[in-house]
Amino acid sequence: MDRQTVLTELKRVLAPYTEDKEKLNNITEDTDLLRDLQINSANLVDIIIDAESQYNIEIDNDSAEKMTNVGNSIDVILSKINQSA
Amino acid sequence: MGKRVVITGIGVISPNGSNIPDFLHSLQHGVSGIKFIPQYEEFHFNCQVAGSPNFNLEMLHGYISETSLYGLKGKGIGFGIKAALDAWTDAGNEIAGQETLWDTGCVFGSSVADTDVIKNAISKVDAKESKKLGSRVVEQIMNSGVTAYISGRLGLANKVISNSSACATGTQAIVMGYEYIKHGMAKRMLVGSSEFVDAYVFGAFDSMRVLSRKFNDQPEKASRPMSMTAGGFIPGSGAGALVIEELDYALARGAKIYGEILGGNHNSGGQRSGGTMTAPSGPGVIRCIQDALADANISGNDVDLISGHLTATVADKFEVENWTKALGRKGEDFPQINSLKSMIGHCLSAAGSIETVASVLQLEHQFVHPNINLEDPNPEIIDLISKKNLPVSMVSREVNVIAKANFGFGDINACLIIAKYR
Repeated sequence: MDRQTVLTELKRVLAPYTEDKEKLNNITEDTDLLRDLQINSANLVDIIIDAESQYNIEIDNDSAEKMTNVGNSIDVILSKINQSA
Repeated sequence: MGKRVVITGIGVISPNGSNIPDFLHSLQHGVSGIKFIPQYEEFHFNCQVAGSPNFNLEMLHGYISETSLYGLKGKGIGFGIKAALDAWTDAGNEIAGQETLWDTGCVFGSSVADTDVIKNAISKVDAKESKKLGSRVVEQIMNSGVTAYISGRLGLANKVISNSSACATGTQAIVMGYEYIKHGMAKRMLVGSSEFVDAYVFGAFDSMRVLSRKFNDQPEKASRPMSMTAGGFIPGSGAGALVIEELDYALARGAKIYGEILGGNHNSGGQRSGGTMTAPSGPGVIRCIQDALADANISGNDVDLISGHLTATVADKFEVENWTKALGRKGEDFPQINSLKSMIGHCLSAAGSIETVASVLQLEHQFVHPNINLEDPNPEIIDLISKKNLPVSMVSREVNVIAKANFGFGDINACLIIAKYR
């Protein structure tokens, strides 16, 4: 799975947690989930739970803490997919 | 002498009306909101009917943000949000806004946090899947969930309190808000209560044998306060809300004024003198009503309508007797009295706020709503207050002062005196 595919799918995962749909449509690897998308920090755990079920992976606590921007989130998701493959 | 407190907004989600116009129509026409619940038959409950509002969480689009609505599962919280925000806009306010409203607070009560949400938490934890619960469970199982959603949406930043006093909760919330404004601690309060009775709470009441069980095939006949054939109450769900504010504050912004809260009181009988966990003490009830009258600076003779607690149990006649003693009036001299529970059942914590909204509408539109299912009034009650004070169809007449009271488990009493604004 390539990074662009994960980025596109990530938009769907993030959608319920941000009011700013236009910014969501234009996310890049540098987009910060809290600062740019105004996602409530408490919702990061929900995003992790949703990503786990979307990709059938398990994201450990240390990895989860890295998922604060789009690029890092893609890194974590891809590494977990490769681990389980 | 405290500040005068007026009512400027009302909102309701009741088993017989999910908005003010529908609710008003049901009040005037005696429309029942009691329905047969097939699941309760499957559960082998004795009582298989309930007061259930026409509501789903999708109705909250536009009330709270989409991100907040996503993941909201608690119906009791949903009822509260809808009633409270309807009252807020009815009072001429906007929902959106980034200001912090330091002079406006919220007292909103409930009995139990949403047991559906709790059940989900219990089953996930028991299945060793607590990791999947996510961030939205705690805010919905905390008793202050409903006030947290309401005050957060509107920026309410004065006193924000979630009260809980069983069936006295709703009226107590309104009295508390009134007291804060009267004593100058707040300019404006959003007050009310909500209740979602699901199968688990319902089952516990059913087991106490205090619910009506002889009318499962005629749901709209099942709730029969003050009737000879009253056989217990019918649990209901919903929410009621009011915006109340200091008179000068309301006048300054040109708000519509529905009526004035002349006085109120909440107390306990201390579970003494006949009071128990489940039954109110007569002296406590009488004292509560008389202290509310004194706070309103009126006498029992000034009351021209009573909105009773009157749940359709054996306690009805004791309640009526307590009213006669508290007001010092009986027989034909007693005021008219009605029970909204005949139409919607007993909405527990939400009862007081929904019944107060009904009282405000009776003041505004100058009518007395009927007691439905009272074709066979209890003779002992007739002896106390005469049949003419038990209206069975809508009465159009002058209504100036309404006394509204509720009594809850734990021997908690709350009484509110509302009047036309002059």
